[in-house]
Amino acid sequence: MEVVVLLLDGVWAALQPTNLGLAFLGVVIGLFVGAMPGLGSVNGVAILLPFTFVIQEITGTISSPMIFLAAIYYGAMYGGAISSITLGIPGASTAVATTFDGRPMALGGHAEKALVIAAIASFAGGTISNIIFTGAAPLLASVALKFGNPEIFALMLLAFATFIGLGGDDVPKTIISICFGLVMSAVGFDIISGAPRLLLFDSTEWFSRGIQFLVLAIGVYGIGEMLWTINSTRDSFKMTEANITLARVWQALKSFPEAWRGTSIGSFLGFFVGILPAAGATPGSLMAYGVTKMVSKNQEEFGKGRPDGVAAPEAANNSASTGAMLPMMTLGIPGSPTTAVLLAGMVIWGLQPGPLLFSEQPEFVWPLIGSFYISNVIAVVVNLACIPLFLKVLRMPFSILAPLIFVLSVVGTYAAYQNIYDVWLMLIFGIGAFLLRILDYPLAPAVLAIVLGPIAEPKLRQSLLLSDGSWMIFLERPISGPITIAAIILLLLPLYGFIRKRVKARS
Amino acid sequence: MRIAELVTAIAIAFFSLYLMWESGEGPSWDPTAVRFANIGINVNNEGPGSGFWPFWLSLAMLICSAMVGINWFRRKSVPSQSTERFLDTYGIKMFALVGGGLVAFLFLVGLIGFYGAIPIFLFYYIYFLGKHPWWLASIIGVGVAVFCFFFFDVAMRIVLPKGALEPLFIPLYEIFL
Repeated sequence: MEVVVLLLDGVWAALQPTNLGLAFLGVVIGLFVGAMPGLGSVNGVAILLPFTFVIQEITGTISSPMIFLAAIYYGAMYGGAISSITLGIPGASTAVATTFDGRPMALGGHAEKALVIAAIASFAGGTISNIIFTGAAPLLASVALKFGNPEIFALMLLAFATFIGLGGDDVPKTIISICFGLVMSAVGFDIISGAPRLLLFDSTEWFSRGIQFLVLAIGVYGIGEMLWTINSTRDSFKMTEANITLARVWQALKSFPEAWRGTSIGSFLGFFVGILPAAGATPGSLMAYGVTKMVSKNQEEFGKGRPDGVAAPEAANNSASTGAMLPMMTLGIPGSPTTAVLLAGMVIWGLQPGPLLFSEQPEFVWPLIGSFYISNVIAVVVNLACIPLFLKVLRMPFSILAPLIFVLSVVGTYAAYQNIYDVWLMLIFGIGAFLLRILDYPLAPAVLAIVLGPIAEPKLRQSLLLSDGSWMIFLERPISGPITIAAIILLLLPLYGFIRKRVKARS
Repeated sequence: MRIAELVTAIAIAFFSLYLMWESGEGPSWDPTAVRFANIGINVNNEGPGSGFWPFWLSLAMLICSAMVGINWFRRKSVPSQSTERFLDTYGIKMFALVGGGLVAFLFLVGLIGFYGAIPIFLFYYIYFLGKHPWWLASIIGVGVAVFCFFFFDVAMRIVLPKGALEPLFIPLYEIFL
């Protein structure tokens, strides 16, 4: 009951004109970055994070900047479908599965039906996951209050182990990416003793303040990804015209029950996949599509424009984005690059993410959760009302959008730290990220690692201080033990796969 | 692509070695500190030293770069099997024009500040690379610079560097700040 009262208070706070305006603006920006091929929620939140300092300064609250960024995250999940359906190119990786049936539907002359189903399924996914989140988050936070240093470190180890064991990328390259991020987070000075360390190339001007998280994140997502998109999408996109009239939208709305199965599978499955570190919205939506197809009686119709095939991934990616917020808000451990950026934002605004957030900062937590509900409503309304407008915006040539994003990245990095060396470093990381991306090095783990590094290192060192240097502390304690064992199993998973392959090849 | 894969792995290996060397450096205020004395798990009974975290992680990076090298030799990873070029002619041209443009943009920021460099960079990209009309490139270039001035300098009070163009802004400061 207490939760309901807190939630209603939160919704009321989120409905205040400033927060409502920010949620609206965030959703519109999110829809745009989600719809533009090459840009996703993580690009949106990383590039715009420096601008949230103004919001904090003007509003004087810490929940308002977060409401803005969370709204971008939400909007992007809706927006991805627009380009998947009309261009056949996913606007973001989270909307890859939406192309499978959304594109054939559009080519068959039913673009508006696909867009409406995507919007309504997204709304359903968002709402169902919000309800689960509201119930689960305070409970999980109260359990997590019992966690000490070894438990928190074990959880972080588990997050990285999931990337290695289940991430699906080249294992040594994933580990390099994680270690690079963790070592870069140690540059500047030792958090515990205060001693300067890793002043690379003896340059105090460049490295004495450490490497700021945003420098790497904007480098990777503002410069690296943009260069990669320019290099990989050379042909101009062909857009399917969508004939949107009120009557056709109404018709499409009435046909939504056809997609109930996909929507419900996507909503529930998406949430639980979203919670897992390294999983998140992209695998969530692909899995939801797969499961919906598997349980369907008309499997052969999938891929040809089946409403369930559009609804399942769209419900799942929205649901998974809320799911990914759960470990970030309650444990302080982000599971995806976007939530890593949100977590870094919370640190910059002066919050300490983790289980204490729920008991010590209710004036931050509940308006934010309230805003999830509000943003979801805004997103579905804006999405349905503005589909024709977004189709026009999508025609904006990339040769205008790309330089604008470059300028935004450079100016944003400078404005955040007011140091030109940081801007140069951002550019160096961006160019490096582009070259490494061609060679299949995953970069999301590095971004996650530079956020988690400053939290994980002291936890590890304090745990080892407590145990006089014995690693057994992680295995002996009742909560950290099972988590550490799970992490070790995940780390060994690729090795097991390798050995099994060898044995099979021999026999 | 094959050569690039190997060269990158070797570069990462050297970078990891360098990071390990740097991690071992003792605090600057203690000239008697022995290199690598700070990487242990229980230094002077005070738990792990300051170099513990970066040293062992860099070692992990070194081992993994060796594994990338082994996978290259055994042609196990995707780029090591690829016969494609790392960057084809289009890619090299794009990288030189866009990447070079960005580097030049930052150099220009040092010389004539953000408000001089932004319109030049946007005009270069939109007109020369994007092949859009000159008037569109000019409007966007100048428009973005004006927007940034009012957003950062005026509204947020974050003064962006103006380089040699500083004198031109003095009258504007008097009006708006």
